Amino acid sequence: MNNHILEVNNLHVSFKTRNGEVPAVRGVNFSLKKGETLAIVGESGSGKSVTAKSIMQLLPKQNTMIPEGEIRYEGKDLLKFSKKEIQNIRGSDISMVFQDPMTSLNPTMKIGKQIMEGLSRHMKLTKKQARERAKEMLELVGIPNAEARLDAYPHQFSGGMRQRVVIAIALACNPKVLIADEPTTALDVTIQAQILRLMRGLQEKMDTAIVLITHDLGVVANMADRVAVMYAGEVVEQGTLDEIFYSPQHPYTLGLLRSMPNLDAPRTEPLIPIPGSPPDPATLGTGCPFAARCPYTMKVCHDFNPDYTAVSGTQAVRCWLQDERTPEEHVPEVIRKGRQTSEIAADQAAIDAAGGVPV
Amino acid sequence: MTHELKEQNIRNAGQDDLLVVNDLKKHFRLDRKTVLKAVDGISFSIKKGETLGLVGESGCGKSTVGRTLTRIYESTDGEVHFDGVKLKGKLDRKTKTRINRDVQMIFQDPYSSLNPRMTVSEIISEGLVIHNPDLSQKDREKRVHELLQLVGLNKNHAGRYPHEFSGGQRQRIGIARALAVEPKFIVADEPIAALDVSIQAQIVNLLKELQEERGLTYLFIAHDLSMVKYISDRIAVMYLGKIVELAGSEKLYEKPLHPYTQALLSAIPLPDPEKERTREQIILSGDVPSPTDIPSGCRFRTRCPFAMESCAAIDPEFREVKPGHSVACHLYDPEIMAKEGKELKTI
Repeated sequence: MNNHILEVNNLHVSFKTRNGEVPAVRGVNFSLKKGETLAIVGESGSGKSVTAKSIMQLLPKQNTMIPEGEIRYEGKDLLKFSKKEIQNIRGSDISMVFQDPMTSLNPTMKIGKQIMEGLSRHMKLTKKQARERAKEMLELVGIPNAEARLDAYPHQFSGGMRQRVVIAIALACNPKVLIADEPTTALDVTIQAQILRLMRGLQEKMDTAIVLITHDLGVVANMADRVAVMYAGEVVEQGTLDEIFYSPQHPYTLGLLRSMPNLDAPRTEPLIPIPGSPPDPATLGTGCPFAARCPYTMKVCHDFNPDYTAVSGTQAVRCWLQDERTPEEHVPEVIRKGRQTSEIAADQAAIDAAGGVPV
Repeated sequence: MTHELKEQNIRNAGQDDLLVVNDLKKHFRLDRKTVLKAVDGISFSIKKGETLGLVGESGCGKSTVGRTLTRIYESTDGEVHFDGVKLKGKLDRKTKTRINRDVQMIFQDPYSSLNPRMTVSEIISEGLVIHNPDLSQKDREKRVHELLQLVGLNKNHAGRYPHEFSGGQRQRIGIARALAVEPKFIVADEPIAALDVSIQAQIVNLLKELQEERGLTYLFIAHDLSMVKYISDRIAVMYLGKIVELAGSEKLYEKPLHPYTQALLSAIPLPDPEKERTREQIILSGDVPSPTDIPSGCRFRTRCPFAMESCAAIDPEFREVKPGHSVACHLYDPEIMAKEGKELKTI
């Protein structure tokens, strides 16, 4: 067996609507090692949350279809599990942190009881043991006065504190995989910094693998080991953190990075937005879904969707620019040579000044 | 604010100031005993053609400032001078119409700020009907088409309803509506917070272009410090109802003085892994206190890593410590630092 704890292979998810079937996820592949953080980046509607929810099988059964694909957890395909088997995994082996801490807690239940629920169900602890463990969890996530707070209701906590409680619930049963769906989007930056630091600390302590779903590239740079970029239901590019940020190979990844403001750059430099808006998944053609917004399109892009090309041992991209038949002069320099960040540029300048010899 | 300071502030208000705000307060009475001090005495001015960024975390009162300036709320205390007119109490009809036209707002949520039962054309021309009643139907239509073009949409969009548009496009409609009556001053309340990253840059660039073309003046309210730098000339940082620091945007990012601004800037995760690995983050402990129960003295002292004895006793004055850079913090006050027996923070 390989050392991947979670593997998603060729996953397709569609929704039945009044206007027919709408594909939300179209052939997603990724894998996750123990203790690793994989960030899934994408804009709203790119299918990142649907991917996460299909791992946990939290999508409504009556209008969701998974026509193809497999989700392997420790080698076993979760899609073939019975409802009961899934319930045993959910919350114990794999657990989830949701975006909005205001709605993901039950407002009528005391915090302690909400943490204890999973502990009694999965770890078969007695009430007393579960309460003890719940208290430990609250202390672990940095909630002061834990014993007394067990008997408080969610509305008595601030947003940041509530997200800490949600994380405590998710980690109570020592899951091997934690899926965090925009865990800090609803929080202020200073609170976000606290929560991200907390998640990193807990990951080190418990060796949890994290799937981090976010649209914020800053959060990705802060947290991830590897990154998968999603667009219109596909993973268009995948690679290590540095590969994605410093040598993005897909024009969409490049566009996302360029439209982010750089705090060091002078403000007279305009932002470079991606023109247009993401496609409607119901009306996707046969071509590359990004073709309509891509500055480097060729004729082939509008007719055929490219397959994965491996760029390195760890980086793969779906783009015709990588095809060997594409003339080299058509591939923009920034994709061929990587991104010149201010620091890379400064290093280069130092090297040039030293007579062109790398130090 | 002392009387003397107030006088000074009014004197400093130059000819080219479009908006001058003096000691503005907006308190909400929640019940007999509790008063929520959303805005608790802030002063600033905005020049013609300038953009002032107003940043702070949720609950700091930044949106309340915007709403008070657009007269959605009536202020509790303080003065607002707009284009030479004092906005307070009942205004005569003519002034009121003028102000309502000159001051427009762009809202945060492009989903709830457009009436779903009106067509785009009706939404945009609503202001025109009130402020340019002499305009013929045909001219109005022409104007709507021009406005749509201006914000990057086209005239075929005029007959459609808001639900047919994406978030970014809706925000463009909101901008066209604000521009329809040719305002002088626009309050943009988190206009990009609800949009995707690739779309945010589009809207920020559009707002900048429009400003250059039409000489607009903006108050740009945001919680995202990285985007706000791109659009603002100067930035004011709010905490719990007060401005704690105000400076030119380059300066503020280069050398933030207030410990809160420092923490806020260092908390932004940067989209650059190399920098993220090496830089030191200042992580504040705890949460923002409730605006119904504001700490004594400096309101930031409960979370401030440099809090001293004087901070609990004396509310720091908001004063200019170097040209164009004001801060409300004892660390830069020679008198207080001498009393504490500590060295004055270098500026």
